[in-house]
Amino acid sequence: MAEFSLPTNSRIRSDGKRYPAPAGAKRTKAFKIYRWNPDDGANPRYDSYELDLDTTGPMVLDALIKIKAEVDPTLTFRRSCREGICGSCSMNIDGTNTLACTQAIEDIKGEVRITPLPHMDVVKDLVPDFKHFYAQYASIKPWLQTVTPAPADGERIQSVEDRSKIDGLYECILCACCSTACPSYWWNSDKFLGPAILLQAYRWLVDSRDEMTGERLDALEDPFRLYRCHTIMNCANVCPKGLNPAKAIAEIKKMMVERAV
Amino acid sequence: MGTGTEIGRVRGLGAAKSGVGHWWHQRVTAIANLALLLWFVFSLVRLPSLDYVTVVGWLRQPVAAIPMLLLIVSVFYHFRLGVQVFIEDYLHNEGTKLLALLALNFYALGGAAAAVFAVFKIALGA
Repeated sequence: MAEFSLPTNSRIRSDGKRYPAPAGAKRTKAFKIYRWNPDDGANPRYDSYELDLDTTGPMVLDALIKIKAEVDPTLTFRRSCREGICGSCSMNIDGTNTLACTQAIEDIKGEVRITPLPHMDVVKDLVPDFKHFYAQYASIKPWLQTVTPAPADGERIQSVEDRSKIDGLYECILCACCSTACPSYWWNSDKFLGPAILLQAYRWLVDSRDEMTGERLDALEDPFRLYRCHTIMNCANVCPKGLNPAKAIAEIKKMMVERAV
Repeated sequence: MGTGTEIGRVRGLGAAKSGVGHWWHQRVTAIANLALLLWFVFSLVRLPSLDYVTVVGWLRQPVAAIPMLLLIVSVFYHFRLGVQVFIEDYLHNEGTKLLALLALNFYALGGAAAAVFAVFKIALGA
Protein backbone atom coordinates (compact mmCIF):
# COMPACT_ATOMS: atom_id res chain seq x y z
CA MET A 1 0.00 0.00 0.00
CA ALA A 2 0.92 3.61 -0.37
CA GLU A 3 2.22 4.88 2.97
CA PHE A 4 -0.07 7.36 4.64
CA SER A 5 1.79 7.70 7.93
CA LEU A 6 5.41 8.45 8.65
CA PRO A 7 7.77 5.51 9.21
CA THR A 8 8.97 5.16 12.82
CA ASN A 9 12.36 6.72 12.12
CA SER A 10 10.75 9.77 10.52
CA ARG A 11 8.33 10.66 13.33
CA ILE A 12 9.08 14.06 14.71
CA ARG A 13 10.14 14.17 18.35
CA SER A 14 8.89 16.98 20.51
CA ASP A 15 12.10 18.06 22.25
CA GLY A 16 13.29 20.62 19.69
CA LYS A 17 15.41 23.54 20.85
CA ARG A 18 14.13 27.10 21.23
CA TYR A 19 16.28 30.10 20.40
CA PRO A 20 14.57 33.24 21.78
CA ALA A 21 14.72 36.61 20.04
CA PRO A 22 17.57 38.91 21.05
CA ALA A 23 16.77 41.22 23.96
CA GLY A 24 15.18 44.48 22.89
CA ALA A 25 13.76 43.12 19.62
CA LYS A 26 10.50 44.90 18.80
CA ARG A 27 9.19 43.01 15.77
CA THR A 28 9.87 39.29 16.15
CA LYS A 29 8.93 36.25 14.09
CA ALA A 30 9.32 32.57 14.97
CA PHE A 31 10.73 30.12 12.46
CA LYS A 32 9.98 26.49 13.24
CA ILE A 33 12.48 24.47 11.22
CA TYR A 34 12.75 20.75 10.56
CA ARG A 35 16.07 19.36 11.79
CA TRP A 36 17.52 15.94 11.08
CA ASN A 37 21.11 14.87 11.28
CA PRO A 38 22.06 11.51 9.72
CA ASP A 39 25.06 11.24 12.05
CA ASP A 40 23.35 11.27 15.46
CA GLY A 41 20.87 8.44 14.81
CA ALA A 42 18.03 10.43 16.39
CA ASN A 43 14.59 11.10 14.95
CA PRO A 44 13.90 14.52 13.39
CA ARG A 45 12.73 17.46 15.49
CA TYR A 46 11.57 21.05 15.02
CA ASP A 47 13.86 23.78 16.30
CA SER A 48 12.30 27.16 16.86
CA TYR A 49 14.23 30.35 16.12
CA GLU A 50 12.89 33.79 16.98
CA LEU A 51 14.36 36.57 14.88
CA ASP A 52 14.26 40.34 15.08
CA LEU A 53 12.56 41.32 11.81
CA ASP A 54 14.07 44.82 11.99
CA THR A 55 17.51 43.31 11.40
CA THR A 56 16.42 40.54 8.99
CA GLY A 57 16.06 40.75 5.21
CA PRO A 58 12.58 40.46 3.69
CA MET A 59 12.66 36.89 2.37
CA VAL A 60 12.55 33.53 4.13
CA LEU A 61 16.01 32.76 2.71
CA ASP A 62 17.32 35.92 4.41
CA ALA A 63 16.01 34.52 7.70
CA LEU A 64 17.65 31.13 7.10
CA ILE A 65 20.99 32.75 6.25
CA LYS A 66 20.74 34.95 9.34
CA ILE A 67 20.02 31.94 11.56
CA LYS A 68 22.98 30.05 10.11
CA ALA A 69 25.30 33.05 10.37
CA GLU A 70 24.28 34.40 13.77
CA VAL A 71 22.31 31.82 15.75
CA ASP A 72 22.97 28.21 14.78
CA PRO A 73 25.72 27.34 12.26
CA THR A 74 24.60 23.68 12.19
CA LEU A 75 21.41 24.51 10.24
CA THR A 76 21.80 22.97 6.77
CA PHE A 77 20.05 24.09 3.58
CA ARG A 78 20.83 24.66 -0.09
CA ARG A 79 20.92 28.11 -1.61
CA SER A 80 22.77 29.92 -4.34
CA CYS A 81 21.40 32.73 -6.50
CA ARG A 82 18.91 34.25 -3.99
CA GLU A 83 16.76 35.53 -6.87
CA GLY A 84 14.62 32.59 -8.00
CA ILE A 85 16.69 31.44 -10.94
CA CYS A 86 18.81 28.55 -9.61
CA GLY A 87 16.12 26.50 -7.87
CA SER A 88 18.40 25.46 -5.00
CA CYS A 89 16.39 26.73 -2.04
CA SER A 90 13.13 24.89 -2.81
CA MET A 91 11.51 23.73 0.41
CA ASN A 92 8.11 23.52 2.08
CA ILE A 93 7.31 26.84 3.74
CA ASP A 94 4.07 27.25 5.68
CA GLY A 95 2.67 24.13 4.02
CA THR A 96 3.49 25.06 0.42
CA ASN A 97 6.48 24.08 -1.69
CA THR A 98 8.26 27.19 -2.88
CA LEU A 99 11.61 28.95 -3.11
CA ALA A 100 12.81 30.43 0.16
CA CYS A 101 14.44 33.30 -1.75
CA THR A 102 11.22 34.54 -3.38
CA GLN A 103 8.89 33.90 -0.43
CA ALA A 104 8.39 37.09 1.58
CA ILE A 105 8.31 36.63 5.36
CA GLU A 106 5.56 39.21 5.75
CA ASP A 107 3.21 37.14 3.56
CA ILE A 108 3.17 34.37 6.18
CA LYS A 109 0.87 34.74 9.14
CA GLY A 110 2.16 33.60 12.53
CA GLU A 111 4.99 31.14 12.97
CA VAL A 112 6.88 30.17 9.79
CA ARG A 113 7.12 26.38 9.59
CA ILE A 114 9.80 25.10 7.23
CA THR A 115 10.31 21.47 6.21
CA PRO A 116 12.19 19.81 3.34
CA LEU A 117 10.32 19.09 0.11
CA PRO A 118 7.72 16.41 0.91
CA HIS A 119 8.24 12.72 0.20
CA MET A 120 11.91 12.97 -0.69
CA ASP A 121 14.69 11.22 1.18
CA VAL A 122 16.38 13.75 3.43
CA VAL A 123 20.15 14.17 3.32
CA LYS A 124 20.24 16.60 6.27
CA ASP A 125 17.84 19.22 7.70
CA LEU A 126 16.28 21.00 4.69
CA VAL A 127 18.39 19.23 2.05
CA PRO A 128 16.53 16.52 0.11
CA ASP A 129 18.13 13.84 -2.07
CA PHE A 130 17.70 14.75 -5.77
CA LYS A 131 19.50 11.72 -7.26
CA HIS A 132 16.33 10.01 -8.49
CA PHE A 133 14.81 13.28 -9.76
CA TYR A 134 17.94 14.06 -11.79
CA ALA A 135 18.09 10.49 -13.17
CA GLN A 136 14.47 10.90 -14.30
CA TYR A 137 15.44 14.19 -15.97
CA ALA A 138 18.36 12.49 -17.76
CA SER A 139 16.03 9.69 -18.89
CA ILE A 140 13.98 12.03 -21.12
CA LYS A 141 17.14 13.04 -23.01
CA PRO A 142 16.82 16.77 -22.41
CA TRP A 143 18.82 17.92 -25.39
CA LEU A 144 18.17 18.63 -29.07
CA GLN A 145 18.04 15.43 -31.13
CA THR A 146 17.91 15.53 -34.90
CA VAL A 147 18.33 13.38 -37.99
CA THR A 148 19.38 16.35 -40.09
CA PRO A 149 23.06 17.16 -39.59
CA ALA A 150 23.79 20.54 -38.06
CA PRO A 151 24.25 23.33 -40.66
CA ALA A 152 27.93 23.75 -41.40
CA ASP A 153 27.94 27.51 -41.27
CA GLY A 154 25.38 28.63 -38.76
CA GLU A 155 22.67 27.91 -36.25
CA ARG A 156 19.54 25.84 -36.64
CA ILE A 157 17.00 28.46 -37.60
CA GLN A 158 13.72 28.77 -35.70
CA SER A 159 10.93 31.23 -36.53
CA VAL A 160 9.78 33.70 -33.90
CA GLU A 161 6.45 31.88 -33.81
CA ASP A 162 8.07 28.46 -33.29
CA ARG A 163 10.35 29.89 -30.63
CA SER A 164 7.33 31.23 -28.75
CA LYS A 165 6.05 27.66 -28.35
CA ILE A 166 8.65 26.96 -25.68
CA ASP A 167 7.67 30.04 -23.68
CA GLY A 168 6.24 28.89 -20.37
CA LEU A 169 8.44 25.79 -20.58
CA TYR A 170 12.04 26.88 -20.91
CA GLU A 171 11.74 28.95 -17.71
CA CYS A 172 11.56 25.79 -15.56
CA ILE A 173 14.46 25.77 -13.11
CA LEU A 174 14.01 22.14 -11.95
CA CYS A 175 13.47 23.10 -8.33
CA ALA A 176 11.08 20.11 -7.93
CA CYS A 177 8.45 22.15 -6.04
CA CYS A 178 5.79 20.81 -8.44
CA SER A 179 6.83 17.15 -8.49
CA THR A 180 7.08 16.94 -4.72
CA ALA A 181 3.65 18.60 -4.35
CA CYS A 182 2.06 15.92 -6.55
CA PRO A 183 0.29 13.05 -4.71
CA SER A 184 0.77 10.81 -7.75
CA TYR A 185 4.51 11.49 -7.53
CA TRP A 186 4.45 10.78 -3.78
CA TRP A 187 2.92 7.32 -4.30
CA ASN A 188 4.61 6.31 -7.56
CA SER A 189 7.77 8.36 -8.05
CA ASP A 190 9.70 5.15 -8.80
CA LYS A 191 8.01 5.04 -12.21
CA PHE A 192 5.92 8.21 -12.67
CA LEU A 193 8.14 10.96 -14.07
CA GLY A 194 6.26 13.74 -12.29
CA PRO A 195 5.24 17.22 -13.47
CA ALA A 196 8.69 18.83 -13.65
CA ILE A 197 10.23 16.13 -15.83
CA LEU A 198 7.12 15.86 -18.03
CA LEU A 199 7.10 19.64 -18.55
CA GLN A 200 10.74 19.35 -19.60
CA ALA A 201 9.85 16.44 -21.90
CA TYR A 202 7.17 18.60 -23.54
CA ARG A 203 9.69 21.42 -23.95
CA TRP A 204 11.59 19.10 -26.37
CA LEU A 205 8.46 17.60 -27.93
CA VAL A 206 7.26 21.04 -28.99
CA ASP A 207 10.65 22.38 -30.14
CA SER A 208 10.45 22.91 -33.92
CA ARG A 209 14.13 21.96 -34.32
CA ASP A 210 13.84 18.56 -32.63
CA GLU A 211 13.21 15.60 -34.94
CA MET A 212 12.87 12.75 -32.41
CA THR A 213 9.27 13.50 -31.41
CA GLY A 214 8.06 9.95 -32.15
CA GLU A 215 10.87 8.35 -30.17
CA ARG A 216 10.27 10.76 -27.30
CA LEU A 217 6.55 9.90 -27.26
CA ASP A 218 7.42 6.17 -27.41
CA ALA A 219 9.53 6.55 -24.28
CA LEU A 220 6.68 8.31 -22.45
CA GLU A 221 3.81 6.06 -23.52
CA ASP A 222 3.46 4.11 -20.33
CA PRO A 223 0.70 3.75 -17.73
CA PHE A 224 3.11 5.01 -15.08
CA ARG A 225 5.67 7.33 -16.69
CA LEU A 226 3.01 9.65 -18.12
CA TYR A 227 -0.48 8.45 -17.24
CA ARG A 228 -0.15 8.59 -13.44
CA CYS A 229 -0.98 12.29 -13.88
CA HIS A 230 -4.59 12.64 -12.76
CA THR A 231 -4.79 16.42 -13.26
CA ILE A 232 -4.67 17.15 -9.54
CA MET A 233 -3.11 20.55 -10.41
CA ASN A 234 -0.98 20.98 -7.27
CA CYS A 235 1.94 21.43 -9.69
CA ALA A 236 0.45 24.53 -11.28
CA ASN A 237 -0.58 25.89 -7.88
CA VAL A 238 2.88 25.75 -6.35
CA CYS A 239 5.24 26.53 -9.26
CA PRO A 240 7.32 29.48 -8.01
CA LYS A 241 7.95 30.49 -11.63
CA GLY A 242 4.21 30.60 -12.41
CA LEU A 243 4.43 27.79 -14.97
CA ASN A 244 1.73 25.22 -15.65
CA PRO A 245 3.15 21.66 -15.78
CA ALA A 246 -0.40 20.20 -15.81
CA LYS A 247 -1.05 21.95 -19.12
CA ALA A 248 2.21 20.64 -20.59
CA ILE A 249 1.23 17.11 -19.53
CA ALA A 250 -2.22 17.57 -21.09
CA GLU A 251 -0.48 18.63 -24.34
CA ILE A 252 1.63 15.43 -24.26
CA LYS A 253 -1.55 13.37 -23.78
CA LYS A 254 -3.08 15.21 -26.76
CA MET A 255 -0.04 14.33 -28.90
CA MET A 256 -0.41 10.68 -27.83
CA VAL A 257 -4.06 10.65 -28.91
CA GLU A 258 -3.24 12.51 -32.12
CA ARG A 259 -0.90 9.78 -33.27
CA ALA A 260 -3.11 6.90 -32.13
CA VAL A 261 -6.66 7.97 -32.98
CA MET B 1 18.43 -4.77 -15.97
CA GLY B 2 20.48 -1.88 -14.68
CA THR B 3 19.22 -1.88 -11.11
CA GLY B 4 22.66 -0.98 -9.78
CA THR B 5 22.48 2.66 -10.81
CA GLU B 6 19.89 5.41 -10.40
CA ILE B 7 19.51 5.94 -14.15
CA GLY B 8 19.29 2.16 -14.62
CA ARG B 9 16.45 1.98 -12.12
CA VAL B 10 14.63 4.87 -13.82
CA ARG B 11 15.01 3.28 -17.27
CA GLY B 12 13.91 -0.03 -15.75
CA LEU B 13 12.06 -2.33 -18.13
CA GLY B 14 11.39 0.56 -20.52
CA ALA B 15 8.08 2.12 -21.49
CA ALA B 16 5.10 -0.24 -21.74
CA LYS B 17 4.12 1.41 -25.08
CA SER B 18 0.52 1.45 -23.90
CA GLY B 19 -1.64 3.78 -21.88
CA VAL B 20 -3.05 6.06 -24.54
CA GLY B 21 -5.82 3.52 -25.30
CA HIS B 22 -6.76 3.30 -21.63
CA TRP B 23 -6.78 7.08 -21.27
CA TRP B 24 -8.79 7.65 -24.45
CA HIS B 25 -11.35 4.92 -23.69
CA GLN B 26 -11.89 6.40 -20.24
CA ARG B 27 -12.77 9.78 -21.83
CA VAL B 28 -14.95 8.23 -24.54
CA THR B 29 -16.91 6.13 -22.04
CA ALA B 30 -17.25 9.19 -19.76
CA ILE B 31 -18.99 11.08 -22.57
CA ALA B 32 -21.10 8.03 -23.44
CA ASN B 33 -22.07 7.61 -19.76
CA LEU B 34 -23.15 11.22 -19.55
CA ALA B 35 -25.36 11.01 -22.64
CA LEU B 36 -26.80 7.59 -21.80
CA LEU B 37 -27.44 8.39 -18.14
CA LEU B 38 -29.27 11.58 -19.10
CA TRP B 39 -31.38 9.49 -21.49
CA PHE B 40 -32.00 6.94 -18.71
CA VAL B 41 -33.09 9.48 -16.11
CA PHE B 42 -35.27 11.44 -18.55
CA SER B 43 -36.90 8.23 -19.78
CA LEU B 44 -37.76 7.10 -16.27
CA VAL B 45 -39.10 10.53 -15.33
CA ARG B 46 -41.33 10.56 -18.41
CA LEU B 47 -42.91 7.19 -17.58
CA PRO B 48 -46.48 7.51 -16.26
CA SER B 49 -45.49 5.47 -13.19
CA LEU B 50 -42.53 3.49 -11.92
CA ASP B 51 -44.34 0.26 -11.07
CA TYR B 52 -43.02 -3.10 -12.26
CA VAL B 53 -45.39 -3.55 -15.21
CA THR B 54 -44.78 -0.05 -16.64
CA VAL B 55 -40.98 -0.23 -16.38
CA VAL B 56 -40.77 -3.75 -17.80
CA GLY B 57 -43.14 -2.75 -20.61
CA TRP B 58 -40.91 0.23 -21.38
CA LEU B 59 -37.73 -1.86 -21.37
CA ARG B 60 -39.25 -4.38 -23.79
CA GLN B 61 -39.16 -1.79 -26.59
CA PRO B 62 -35.98 -1.82 -28.73
CA VAL B 63 -35.64 1.98 -28.35
CA ALA B 64 -35.24 1.43 -24.60
CA ALA B 65 -33.47 -1.94 -24.52
CA ILE B 66 -30.67 -0.98 -26.95
CA PRO B 67 -29.55 2.22 -25.17
CA MET B 68 -29.88 0.33 -21.89
CA LEU B 69 -27.44 -2.33 -23.13
CA LEU B 70 -25.06 0.41 -24.29
CA LEU B 71 -25.35 2.12 -20.90
CA ILE B 72 -24.51 -1.12 -19.09
CA VAL B 73 -21.47 -1.85 -21.24
CA SER B 74 -20.21 1.75 -21.06
CA VAL B 75 -20.69 2.07 -17.30
CA PHE B 76 -19.02 -1.26 -16.47
CA TYR B 77 -16.11 -0.58 -18.85
CA HIS B 78 -15.63 2.93 -17.43
CA PHE B 79 -15.80 1.50 -13.91
CA ARG B 80 -13.16 -1.11 -14.76
CA LEU B 81 -10.82 1.50 -16.25
CA GLY B 82 -11.25 3.88 -13.30
CA VAL B 83 -10.80 1.33 -10.52
CA GLN B 84 -7.76 -0.07 -12.35
CA VAL B 85 -6.11 3.35 -12.03
CA PHE B 86 -7.00 3.46 -8.35
CA ILE B 87 -5.46 0.01 -7.78
CA GLU B 88 -2.29 0.91 -9.68
CA ASP B 89 -1.98 4.16 -7.71
CA TYR B 90 -2.23 2.69 -4.25
CA LEU B 91 -1.39 -1.03 -4.29
CA HIS B 92 2.35 -1.45 -4.56
CA ASN B 93 2.74 -5.12 -3.67
CA GLU B 94 2.83 -6.92 -7.03
CA GLY B 95 0.91 -9.95 -5.73
CA THR B 96 -1.87 -7.94 -4.09
CA LYS B 97 -2.07 -5.71 -7.15
CA LEU B 98 -2.46 -8.68 -9.50
CA LEU B 99 -5.17 -10.24 -7.30
CA ALA B 100 -7.04 -6.93 -7.07
CA LEU B 101 -6.88 -6.45 -10.85
CA LEU B 102 -8.12 -10.01 -11.42
CA ALA B 103 -11.01 -9.49 -8.99
CA LEU B 104 -11.85 -6.18 -10.67
CA ASN B 105 -11.91 -7.69 -14.16
CA PHE B 106 -14.01 -10.66 -13.06
CA TYR B 107 -16.46 -8.41 -11.21
CA ALA B 108 -16.79 -5.91 -14.08
CA LEU B 109 -17.25 -8.61 -16.70
CA GLY B 110 -19.57 -10.70 -14.50
CA GLY B 111 -21.66 -7.71 -13.45
CA ALA B 112 -21.99 -6.50 -17.03
CA ALA B 113 -22.91 -10.02 -18.22
CA ALA B 114 -25.61 -10.36 -15.56
CA ALA B 115 -27.10 -6.95 -16.38
CA VAL B 116 -26.99 -7.60 -20.13
CA PHE B 117 -28.67 -10.97 -19.58
CA ALA B 118 -31.41 -9.32 -17.51
CA VAL B 119 -32.17 -6.80 -20.25
CA PHE B 120 -32.27 -9.55 -22.90
CA LYS B 121 -34.55 -11.62 -20.70
CA ILE B 122 -37.00 -8.73 -20.34
CA ALA B 123 -36.78 -7.57 -23.94
CA LEU B 124 -36.97 -10.99 -25.56
CA GLY B 125 -38.87 -12.92 -22.89
CA ALA B 126 -42.49 -13.89 -23.30
